[in-house]
Amino acid sequence: MYIPMNEMLKHFKQDVPTMANITHKSEQWSPYHDNSGTVLAVGIPGAVIVAGDTRLSNGYNIMSRDATKLSQLTDKCVLATAGQYADFIALRKFLQQRLQLYEFQNEVQASTETVAHLLSRELYSRRFFPYYTFNLLAGLDENNHGFVYGYDAIGSYDKMTYGVQGSGQELVVAVLDNQLKGYNKINKTIPQTREEILDIILDCFSCAAERDIHTGDNVEILIITSAGTERLIKPLRKD
Amino acid sequence: MLKHLYDTDCVTWSPQGKLFQVEYAMEAVKQGSICLGLKSNENVVLCSLKRQPSELAGYQEKQFKIDDHMAIAIAGLTADARVLCKYMRTECLEYKYTYESHHPVGRLVFKVAEKSQHKTQSGAKRPYGVGLLVAGIDPNGVHLFETCPSGNYYEYKCQAIGSRSQAARTYFESWFHLFEKSTLEQLILHGLSAIKKAIMEDEELNEKNVEVGILGKNLKFTHLNAQELKDYIAKLETFSPNSQIQQE
Repeated sequence: MYIPMNEMLKHFKQDVPTMANITHKSEQWSPYHDNSGTVLAVGIPGAVIVAGDTRLSNGYNIMSRDATKLSQLTDKCVLATAGQYADFIALRKFLQQRLQLYEFQNEVQASTETVAHLLSRELYSRRFFPYYTFNLLAGLDENNHGFVYGYDAIGSYDKMTYGVQGSGQELVVAVLDNQLKGYNKINKTIPQTREEILDIILDCFSCAAERDIHTGDNVEILIITSAGTERLIKPLRKD
Repeated sequence: MLKHLYDTDCVTWSPQGKLFQVEYAMEAVKQGSICLGLKSNENVVLCSLKRQPSELAGYQEKQFKIDDHMAIAIAGLTADARVLCKYMRTECLEYKYTYESHHPVGRLVFKVAEKSQHKTQSGAKRPYGVGLLVAGIDPNGVHLFETCPSGNYYEYKCQAIGSRSQAARTYFESWFHLFEKSTLEQLILHGLSAIKKAIMEDEELNEKNVEVGILGKNLKFTHLNAQELKDYIAKLETFSPNSQIQQE
């Protein structure tokens, strides 16, 4: 097959950007925005502690200093989401509606395991235009033992004892691996009480706020037990 | 009156201007066991008498929660009631999803009435054989509505429907002027007193055959549990509306 010489040369010559051939590719509109922030959850026998910072960002700007990332879906479980705030709201609305319908039809609130699976199916239903959400579903199981289900954007999930999502994830999760599981620890003392774990969580958020620009302002904490829900708010760095 | 000439279907008028099929449907409501509702400035209370088909059976529930701010009590064909209940629940969920607030009570009753009317103007359909008492609270205030198989709806201060409901309505006529300022407890006792007027001589009120649902401006719809019912029924012995007047 005959190929002209200039066509052949194009394959070998590196294209040097000169004034003649620079084209600025305009940024295509994206339906996704990362409103960032960090959420984490830890489950212990009898309780589950969920925490999320309250900063909503867009690039280098702060949109809000008190936007909640936590949503209590049933008496026993809470959804914590990092990622796109609009998608969090849409997902939360869907789950609230669907769970109320569940309650009407079954005359009992959905268990945490049921909600976990429902969330996974809903996320996968949008496999080809995903919810830009990185979720943690934290709740008490049938024996009132706290667990955390961690998700990716399209619904793959796993039951864990603790989880972190969001812009501060890498900063925080390694600390929790060390503190809560005793990885790479010489003296493997694992905290058992609620107070110890709350201390660790607050420290984690303070640390994340130091290094991650998208985490800060306040940390909102929900503690779910069979007796009810307790809510705390602690301040974080505002810069 | 040669009723049978004009009562075959909904699309035939009688010479007197009646739709007999619709009237017959209203009869079905009158056959259901009594349920009543009454409201004050702050609360609405629904009381109903639950029927037990036989000793072996359970008691038929008469009150259903539609949303946190709304509930219904039914008299008539339970199966038809379930259809309307499902419709109302779905409407409330959709409204909440779209507007993030509670469905206004009057609007939902209107939607039910429209649905009911539709069944009265077709050759192939029959009217719903159930009357609803809709109790609800919205920014417009505290409401109690009644819906009919005919598609009409009315708002009430208090109302009773079902079998022997006239006795309860007579009680209401005497005492309804007290309801506006009544406390929740007084309202419940009035409701139970009214129901007591409507039961048969050999029957008695107990925590099994009575159902009481309460709704308030800051109180989501709840049923009284068995223990609370027992306590209220016991209080009936010493309750009299006259004592309420003396307090005021």
